[in-house]
Amino acid sequence: MPFIPHTDDDTREMLEAIGAKSIDDLFDEIPPELKIDSLDGIPEAMSEMEITRLMRDRAARDGAALCFIGAGAYEHHIPQAVWDIATRGEYYSAYTPYQAEASQGTLQTIYEYQSMITELTGLDVSNASLYDGASGLAEAALMTVRSNRKAKSRQVLLAPGVNPTYCKVAMAIAGSQGLTFDYLAMDAATGTLDFGALDDSAEPVAVVIQQPTFLGTLEDVDRLTDWAHARGAFVIAVANPTSLAVLKAPGHWGEEGADIACGDGQPLGVPLSSGGPYFGYMTCKQQHVRQMPGRIIGRTTDLEGKPGFALTLQAREQHIRRSKATSNICTNQGLMVTAATIYMSLLGSDGLAAVARQSASNTAKLVAGLTSIDGIERLFSGPAFHEVALKLDRPVGAVLEALAARGILGGYDLGADFPDVGDALLVCATETKTEADIDAYVGAMREIFSGSAA
Amino acid sequence: MSELPGDLQYTSDHEWLRREDDGTVTIGITDHAQAALGDLVYVELPEVHQDVEAGSDMAVVESVKAASDVYAPISGTVVAVNDALTDDPEAINNDPYGDGWIVRLEPSGDEGDLLSPDAYQALLDDIDS
Repeated sequence: MPFIPHTDDDTREMLEAIGAKSIDDLFDEIPPELKIDSLDGIPEAMSEMEITRLMRDRAARDGAALCFIGAGAYEHHIPQAVWDIATRGEYYSAYTPYQAEASQGTLQTIYEYQSMITELTGLDVSNASLYDGASGLAEAALMTVRSNRKAKSRQVLLAPGVNPTYCKVAMAIAGSQGLTFDYLAMDAATGTLDFGALDDSAEPVAVVIQQPTFLGTLEDVDRLTDWAHARGAFVIAVANPTSLAVLKAPGHWGEEGADIACGDGQPLGVPLSSGGPYFGYMTCKQQHVRQMPGRIIGRTTDLEGKPGFALTLQAREQHIRRSKATSNICTNQGLMVTAATIYMSLLGSDGLAAVARQSASNTAKLVAGLTSIDGIERLFSGPAFHEVALKLDRPVGAVLEALAARGILGGYDLGADFPDVGDALLVCATETKTEADIDAYVGAMREIFSGSAA
Repeated sequence: MSELPGDLQYTSDHEWLRREDDGTVTIGITDHAQAALGDLVYVELPEVHQDVEAGSDMAVVESVKAASDVYAPISGTVVAVNDALTDDPEAINNDPYGDGWIVRLEPSGDEGDLLSPDAYQALLDDIDS
């Protein structure tokens, strides 16, 4: 789109032509009480120089330490080419472009992304992305209420390993539409669902299963999927996409497979960046596609029979269905999705599996080292992927502070989200960690546990 | 020009109703409605046994250019839906008053404003002019 400048005179003439006195007049249908000058808790504006300085200082603080925190966002090596290509002018937009005549390349990129994500999750269709994994779960839950019309219930049951933040976000978004979210009981020994405590008279609209769990454990997804389907509930899978390179795809869980899969796409080429922007992915079975939120790119042929790409199934969306649209999501995390597509293309399925295996192996090494220290043991029995919960014999907060003083971000303190598990620390070592990094962490921890530092 | 069967009742939302001998009421959209929507690609049907109230939405018809709600013209219980539309939504385009029927209701009493063929024809003439 060429740049079209306008002078003050142009603006005045345009306002005159439509009979408005000022630009503010164009917004006079917004009630004045809804217009606010300031927000509580938001500081005064800063100059560009001040804000640049502040951000540089914060970024330096974030990037300097050795990071062993996972808990939903994971540090992976991102090939230099990913963001070199993603930030080219042809791609550099946050939006999903909708003009097929002007955007074939970008539309094809999103189509390739959708193809890769459906392959990873073992489901039929993907949308063009959502904001993040947490809002993705909210959208998936709303989708089950629309799509699972046999179910009268609006209760969503969550396996105990579903990310607690995702649950809070889903409640904030979907709670006002009458959905309730309730956790199922956890087996304290394994850190997975307590099948003995399942209530067979439950009639939820959906059951959410996160794999690997937030606590790093692996759920019996086949059994829980079949239990949910036997109750007439849909199954929503929440999965780390890296793990899907080596674990069973949600579309193959149990007899019939999960109905919807969603999660955070951040591990696929998006840097941690102090918490965002990330993107959410969502895939589902073909029969639910009309209830799916967001844009979907389809492959078609033009009048001359040549292949081309265009938005499809738009009758779900707000520009056509207005208030009855499946969601108000439309354009969103396009740039992150472009990066993820390039990341997956460069790694390939073998490369992604190698990342997953190396991360699992590094975490196992780290856990072996840490649990050789007196006062640290594994919190749960059973297999893990690339994240493990540890039980400490002392408060986690002080240990993490002592580690931070040594330049190490030692993990995620589980105390706030899981008060029942006591002093527990969730650690993760992705493929980015070398043997020396792991030794450094174990050495620092040994020092803290043997000395007076803690 | 749309042809209006004389044995049906109509609504201002361009739906038709047929009183069946067994007391049930068959509902569809009119020839005018299908022509305005264009080629239909998808029909979302209600569940059998579902109760609907006059004026509430009970189905969705989606064409290549729009998606529209189908409203329940009368209150009642859904006793049958035209499952054939799932695979062949264009039956509504091809035969709106026959194979393109959408829902059959067991009426429960409350009826909205229904139009005679003449009154509906007058409404169409009004739209055309």
